[in-house]
Amino acid sequence: MSRALLLALLLVLGAVPAAHAIGDPNEALPDPRQEARAVEIGKQLRCLVCQNESIEDSGADLARDLRHIVRQQVAAGRSDTEIINWLVARYGNFVRLRPPFEASTLLLWGSPVLALAVGGAAVVIARGRRPPPPPPLDAAEQARLKALLDT
Amino acid sequence: MNRRLLLLVPFGGVLVAGAGFLAMLERAQEGKFDPREVPSMLIGKPVPRFTLPGDPGFASTDLVGRPVLVNWFASWCVPCAEEAAVLMDLKRAGVPIWGIAYKDKPADTAKFLARYGSPYARLGRDEPGRVAIDWGVTGVPETYLIDAQGVVRWRFVGPMTPDTVSAELQPILRKYA
Repeated sequence: MSRALLLALLLVLGAVPAAHAIGDPNEALPDPRQEARAVEIGKQLRCLVCQNESIEDSGADLARDLRHIVRQQVAAGRSDTEIINWLVARYGNFVRLRPPFEASTLLLWGSPVLALAVGGAAVVIARGRRPPPPPPLDAAEQARLKALLDT
Repeated sequence: MNRRLLLLVPFGGVLVAGAGFLAMLERAQEGKFDPREVPSMLIGKPVPRFTLPGDPGFASTDLVGRPVLVNWFASWCVPCAEEAAVLMDLKRAGVPIWGIAYKDKPADTAKFLARYGSPYARLGRDEPGRVAIDWGVTGVPETYLIDAQGVVRWRFVGPMTPDTVSAELQPILRKYA
């Protein structure tokens, strides 16, 4: 593909607004604040069919059903945690796009710290290995240096 | 630390990671590991309460008394058609199978069962798909073994094959018979 064509394609794709909520106004709650909350919750929940999309972004049937349930529960006045826990009880932590910090996810959440520690250790070791600075010049060497610089 | 030994550290790391990935791939090939599988939350728990219409429909309370295989299916689901023969074999072997038609119109379900044969002793309909969410069903087909106390003991996602039946289902059926 030519570079110009690729650029044009990128421009077109960039102009498409981020796909969101499948855009069915009938799905939305009448209260915009409740709807905003429902969207926030939905974005944290994985679509079980497509798996790499949130239920807010997915066009799958099951995702639509789950969006509906989230909105029902928001309208019923349940808290974010209550709603997410309701779904976790059915689909497990897998339904959460942001896994909680627990024993099985220790390595996942700990990996940045681990990487920092390994990198830090590497720096310390490398510094320790650096050869000692050369001893200062003695009088004869200084005189020679001066002579060289003066010429 | 010896400089040479230190050089071996990344090499060893790569070796260990490679062995790990190889084991993962091998298990995936044998069907023991599926990174996309959503683990069931129901295993070891009583079946969620429900009542479904059908011919005749059934309720969660009807599942108590003997082990039952509950199969979620739909006429629009291609793998379900693939699985039909396996279910018919199980029926002939005397395994009680109850079906739940997921998001399916009754007329379409009837046509599907007329074409492939019905392995189901009882048939429930979950047209809205709401009971499926309580079960944690992510798609069809999905198959659950409910023991005589109404506790979920096993779940299989996707079409069962004769291999699934002999390697997984039969041992667990014997255990809970």
